[in-house]
Amino acid sequence: MIHVEKLRKVYDGRPAIEDVTFEIAQGQTVGLLGLNGAGKSTVLKILGAMLMPSSGTARVGGFSIEDSPQEVRRLIGFLPDQPPLYDEMSVRDYLKFVAGLKGITSAKAASAADAAIDRTNLADVANDPIESLSHGFRQRTGIAQAIVHQPKVVILDEPINGLDPLQIVEMRDLILALRGDHTIILSSHILSEITRTCDRIMVIDGGRVSAEGSEAELRSRMQGRHNIDVEIANPDHPAAARISGTLQGIKGVQEVSVQGHTISIQASDDCRSEIARAVVESGVGLNGLLRRDDGLESLFMKLVQKGAANE
Amino acid sequence: MNKMFLVAGRELGCFFKTWMGWIVIAAALFIDGLLFNAFAMGQQAKLSTEVLGDFFYFASGISIVAGILLAMRLIAEEKQNGTITLLYSSPVTERELVYGKFLSAAVFMMLLHLASLYLPALIMMKGKISPGHLAAGYLNLALIGWAAIAITLFASSMAANQLVAAVTGTMITVALLVLWIVSDIASPPFKDIFSHLALHNKHFSSLAKGIVKLSDVVYYLSVTFFFLECSVRVVESRRWQG
Repeated sequence: MIHVEKLRKVYDGRPAIEDVTFEIAQGQTVGLLGLNGAGKSTVLKILGAMLMPSSGTARVGGFSIEDSPQEVRRLIGFLPDQPPLYDEMSVRDYLKFVAGLKGITSAKAASAADAAIDRTNLADVANDPIESLSHGFRQRTGIAQAIVHQPKVVILDEPINGLDPLQIVEMRDLILALRGDHTIILSSHILSEITRTCDRIMVIDGGRVSAEGSEAELRSRMQGRHNIDVEIANPDHPAAARISGTLQGIKGVQEVSVQGHTISIQASDDCRSEIARAVVESGVGLNGLLRRDDGLESLFMKLVQKGAANE
Repeated sequence: MNKMFLVAGRELGCFFKTWMGWIVIAAALFIDGLLFNAFAMGQQAKLSTEVLGDFFYFASGISIVAGILLAMRLIAEEKQNGTITLLYSSPVTERELVYGKFLSAAVFMMLLHLASLYLPALIMMKGKISPGHLAAGYLNLALIGWAAIAITLFASSMAANQLVAAVTGTMITVALLVLWIVSDIASPPFKDIFSHLALHNKHFSSLAKGIVKLSDVVYYLSVTFFFLECSVRVVESRRWQG
């Protein structure tokens, strides 16, 4: 559905994005992850046929954004970082207007607006002027305008920007509800939000795609070692004094530290089964074993730092 | 074409839903009435046709100022509020966008002129005026107002905010207005060129007297068309700048 190859955009001699290449299949939800100024919005604006790349090609639904921008615009629904709302209009009138702009006939515009209102749960405020809406409802209205014409591709630039925790949950549910019907590409600098809503993550750093894949793929790529916590039943057992040495004898185990009931292990391989067997055989008793992941934000920092190191 | 009317309809609704449209109408009618009583009617006895001619003369200035005030926000406000992104990411052509914006202000200007019809009606209470004179005068007001709208719309397409659009639009309009003064001191052939290009005076006077010359109508429509097409070019280039 989206095909981008060697995309480059230069502002005043400074490259905003460089050599960006990716493909997104129909129905996928892909998240662009990066710090502010990393180049996410530049990529999205090019895909929205609002910014001409300095070089490279971008195709949406088979149409080149340079050669057939109007066809591309028909295929997409775009929510910029600030929802483009006319404050003096009611939500329903606004969505009818947007439907008309997107090419829906006036006879069908009202039903298209009502459908978008239903999908985004805006029925309670549908006849209210937009200027009276809370930030969360304004953001929802922004999503509604992006989907009112049932586009094949929905582009959401920082959709959770400025939302409170409750509104973030609502927005997440809304994006999840859109999955499948549309190909969605969204940007955020919050990894946890992207991992909850997207099939695939693309990390953009310094204008380049520094990493790409599912959350699990990125984790396994970025995590050089495994953190395993073992909870033993009887730390006073005579064998407990020898357990550290026993575990260090397992292939792949690098560090072992024992504190009361908890043994923390760092290993180069996922050797949980060998560890479990050794603990059980030692007689100290095994209450539990858990592989501890790095926090998502820690993973994000690693991804960004890796990108910086590659430059 | 449908999208042009869609853009025009939303914009026209905006004039009525926000303070801008009502303030322009109120101010224009107030000043029209003031000038009509103070100068057009005047103290000494006049022929009805002279009073009407003077009314159109003063109203033309109001029409120009109203045109600038109505048009300054048309595109600049969209840029200020970020709503231009919606128009730029939609399958709307630049011409549909610019002409739709122009159409809204042009229609609003005509409604403003309709609301001022009570002033010529006052002349009819004690005098007699020709319907042809009335029609030609209002045609002139519309033409000069539309030209001011197109000029300021062009400024609005270039400017980042409404104030800059208003100042730029006023500068271009004033430059075109004072060309008839420049023509007085210029030597041929520039004298004729400046006189022909001037927004007021030569092209205005005959229409205000109730005489419709095709050349005057073509002049005003040409100025309007020229600045609208310039606006289309500006929007085309700005659209791809994100």
